Amino acid sequence: MKIALLGNPNTGKSSIFNMLTGLRQQVGNFPGVTVEKKQGDIKTKTGIHQLIDFPGTYSIFARALDEQIVEDVLLNIQHTDYPDAIIYVADAANLERNLLFFTQLYDSGFPIVLVLNMWDRAQQKGLKIDTELLQKQFPLANIVRATARVSIGKSRIIQAIDTLQKGKNTPFFDFNLDELQTDHAQTENTNARLEKLRQLGIVQDLQIKAPNRSNRLDQILTHRIYGYLIFSAVLLIIFQFIFSFASIPMDFIDSQFVQLSSWIANLLPEGVLSKLISQGLIPGIGGVLVFVPQIAILFFFISLLEESGYLSRVVFIMDRLMRPFGLNGKSVVPLLSSVACAIPGIMSARTISDWKERLITILVAPFMSCSARIPVYTLLISLVIPKTYIAGVLNLQGIVLFGLYLLGIVFALATAVILKLLIKSGKPGFHVMELPDYKTPRLYNVGLTVYEKVKIFIFDAGKIIVAISILLWALASYGPNSRENNLSKLRQKANYTAANQAQQQELESSLLLSQSYIGHFGKWMEPVIKPLGYDWKIGIALLSSFAAREVFVGSLATIYSVGNDTDNNKRLVQKLKDEKYEDGSSVYSLATGGSLLIFYVFAMQCMATLAVVKRETNSWKWPLIQLAFMGIIAYLSAFIVYQLLS
Amino acid sequence: MSVTLDSISLNQQVQITAIPASAISPKLTEMGLTKGQKITAIFKAPFGDPIAYEINGNVISMRKEEAMHVEVQVA
Repeated sequence: MKIALLGNPNTGKSSIFNMLTGLRQQVGNFPGVTVEKKQGDIKTKTGIHQLIDFPGTYSIFARALDEQIVEDVLLNIQHTDYPDAIIYVADAANLERNLLFFTQLYDSGFPIVLVLNMWDRAQQKGLKIDTELLQKQFPLANIVRATARVSIGKSRIIQAIDTLQKGKNTPFFDFNLDELQTDHAQTENTNARLEKLRQLGIVQDLQIKAPNRSNRLDQILTHRIYGYLIFSAVLLIIFQFIFSFASIPMDFIDSQFVQLSSWIANLLPEGVLSKLISQGLIPGIGGVLVFVPQIAILFFFISLLEESGYLSRVVFIMDRLMRPFGLNGKSVVPLLSSVACAIPGIMSARTISDWKERLITILVAPFMSCSARIPVYTLLISLVIPKTYIAGVLNLQGIVLFGLYLLGIVFALATAVILKLLIKSGKPGFHVMELPDYKTPRLYNVGLTVYEKVKIFIFDAGKIIVAISILLWALASYGPNSRENNLSKLRQKANYTAANQAQQQELESSLLLSQSYIGHFGKWMEPVIKPLGYDWKIGIALLSSFAAREVFVGSLATIYSVGNDTDNNKRLVQKLKDEKYEDGSSVYSLATGGSLLIFYVFAMQCMATLAVVKRETNSWKWPLIQLAFMGIIAYLSAFIVYQLLS
Repeated sequence: MSVTLDSISLNQQVQITAIPASAISPKLTEMGLTKGQKITAIFKAPFGDPIAYEINGNVISMRKEEAMHVEVQVA
């Protein structure tokens, strides 16, 4: 049997889902749209049933994208996800409004289990719920109580599934969908339905209200000064974890993969296969896994904040600030997370229910300067920006770095404004939302979210990243036949024979890279990048850093044969400073350096981000558009900077 | 005197008198804003927008432009 899990937002629906399915869940998209679809199995006495978790909605009438899928599936018996039965989760502490959607489903004739969740909270609030009356009103529904946060009610729900009754029910209220097409008709029907529900008197308020904890906390958390201060502090903690602490497992993953690939290289007989595995495949997989710590940490915090109810307060205080840019408060977390890394940032944009706003957030997020840009910025700044002080205290290099970050933010917001005008959307965004009560987060739910996000990244985006990195590796490691001849020639040269073994190695790597396919491509496109102030060597570094921005530094080190080692940064800077054109002018002039810095602020030099955007928008259309517009902005602004400075 | 929900002052309880049909009226209704319900503005975001309201023991946040669609009277 196929069972749909439905209910309003903030009813603990995902807790119910987790309780019923445990780790047996798969996450994907509903066909044709980018609305998350979670699926899992429930074992009951009558067999194994498939449970599909739908987005939380308030009624069957759709407005946002994730509501549309609910309407589309439920009204179309041909749909692959059309359910045989429904488990409807209602917040017992707010029952009347929660029953609205339930009555619509009941009237549509679905066999239905009504779960009165958060039963404990209803009691704390002093609400008396007349379940007998409820049962009398909806005789064909199986009504059960649950408090999923503490795993109460599982066996009752499972039992209720097995005893579901099919049959013609008497509709609760007139529900002819053909007549409910206009805003007016829908409003009237909903209004009357709610009125009838209230008249029944199912819920009785005993007026022993618990002290309103939410309200007092809200006065502080949404305060115009403390609210922002607290949010900044929370961000600071999250960033501290992503920037500093994530580097420990990241370095570990890095070093393990380096070891693994040299182990494989020794194990397998020398040849194409050994190279493919040890230099292409394994570093490719390593390049995927290295993002896992950041993704895990960010989603740990985001789901902690979401579970606690604080995240909706953040949305509340940031909403007004984000509105002029066509975004809403929910874009804040994805954008700010992108300062660490755009990948978890873009993945976290799922919380934005309005498709247009989500898309804009995803498209502009990579403009935020991520941590992979830091090595590039540091190298180039130390190369071309003098270490002077302005007004005696402000370090010029620091100001430039700050300016680059600022530029990223400004362009992200400016592009958002333009995209807001360009991208069409069907329905106007709707921003009424509940501010749920504060709750202690459940670590089980948090853990499952982290596990799912990591899984999605590794298996969905990971495939693309591995494929592209193998391609890039092949292009950089193989070249036309002439390469071998030139290598033999190099080995006879005086400067080679005089060098020690390490230097010889460096000279060889440099030659091999510059004469590889990527090297040839770099030379071939020199006329294109000449107006930006780049030579073919920079071209090679640009091409290979499409894998990831920080690769730029390593590629330059290889090309200039100073060894691919970050400790060699000083040697590399010196080497680059000495690099002259034939006419004696510096290759790495202020103009070229500035132009490169600007290029890296804007260009989409990250295949992993593209893979994630493809996954999150469910097509290649948007990542390619993003690649194009970021590339054009990067090229034009680098051109302007070079022309102005030279 | 009829006013709209966005203009009421904090901690003032009002009663909803009408929600004229519009693109967002079905949504407002299904979130529990129906004629006759009592609603109170309980706190505002910095810059005065959006505003948080209490209705039926529930807290919901609304942009001012959305609250403008709800007609209320002072109870």
